Amino acid sequence: MSEVIVVTSGKGGVGKTTTSANIGTGLAMLGKRTVMIDTDIGLRNLDVVMGLENRIVYNLVDVVEGNCRMKQALIRDKRYPNLYLLPSAQTRDKSAVNPEQMRKLTEDLQDDFDYILLDCPAGIEQGFRNAVAGADRALVVTTPEVSAIRDADRIIGLLEHGQMKSIHLIVNRVRYDMVRRGDMMSVDDVMDILAVPLIGAIPDDEAIVISTNQGEPLAGTDTPSGQAYLDICRRLLGEEIPLTLPNVSFGLFGRLTSFLKRA
Amino acid sequence: MDRRTALRKGRSGEIAARRLKFLLTADKTGFPPETLAMIRNDIYRVVSRYVDVDFGQMELHLGRPKSAPDGPDICPALCAVIPVRSFRLKGTF
Repeated sequence: MSEVIVVTSGKGGVGKTTTSANIGTGLAMLGKRTVMIDTDIGLRNLDVVMGLENRIVYNLVDVVEGNCRMKQALIRDKRYPNLYLLPSAQTRDKSAVNPEQMRKLTEDLQDDFDYILLDCPAGIEQGFRNAVAGADRALVVTTPEVSAIRDADRIIGLLEHGQMKSIHLIVNRVRYDMVRRGDMMSVDDVMDILAVPLIGAIPDDEAIVISTNQGEPLAGTDTPSGQAYLDICRRLLGEEIPLTLPNVSFGLFGRLTSFLKRA
Repeated sequence: MDRRTALRKGRSGEIAARRLKFLLTADKTGFPPETLAMIRNDIYRVVSRYVDVDFGQMELHLGRPKSAPDGPDICPALCAVIPVRSFRLKGTF
């Protein structure tokens, strides 16, 4: 039985595409047959974050319009045997596809994949409605900022109104040093405001920028964000992984090193 | 105003959380912010008849206060903070 997951946020620039790339990669690393679909028609980006931009022949709109077969459009990621990408079209717009067609597209993929991961465009218009149409569960990405949280709240309202079966929160780009000195909302604050269960928090990490520069997702690597993404993937598979937030489990050693860094 | 003092370092996370709670309540209830400004003006007018109120520092917001620190939210409420410069009664009763 496959699961269709949409990664969404409302606000742009909070890390939807990076999150989609890393969760897709993580699920494939854990042995799950995974396909990532970039639903941001006109603003294609998941291909470049994944480092697969030079291998695109056909795209999502080609599949929907019947210009090619699904198998021709899927790009296999050679680094992970179970991972595929269905890229978006760059020269069309959101109206090229409707929610019914997206639902059918995800249904067509269900036999061949364990996880179908949809990277949703920013906004609450047709692109959003297309992306959520066929999804069983939603991951709402936000950062600990007022604008991102306000938009996440709006998105959660729309998902609940649309009878989304499961909604989880990912708090991205958390700066635990700022949280500790009271200048950033904590993950608990964000959860309290949005009232949606948390599936993971990703620390603000330079490694993400480096990984995106290179087109190499970092899920599973020995970096704070790489581990946090892999933990999210394990939780998606139903494993009980405790949330070890640095601001909670901050021991003497950590305090000492941060003191030395400041000095 | 001095822009440096405007940045309340070490408390901005708390300020963000409070502003958001108000904002989301306002978004959901459709309560117009301009009505809040009118209520704030009226409260100032009434209270300042009795005591010296610092209008610039007055806060009025829509929130969901908790019945106890860890307790459940109670119904949406108008919360006012009215800083008083002087409690000497003005005597205009």
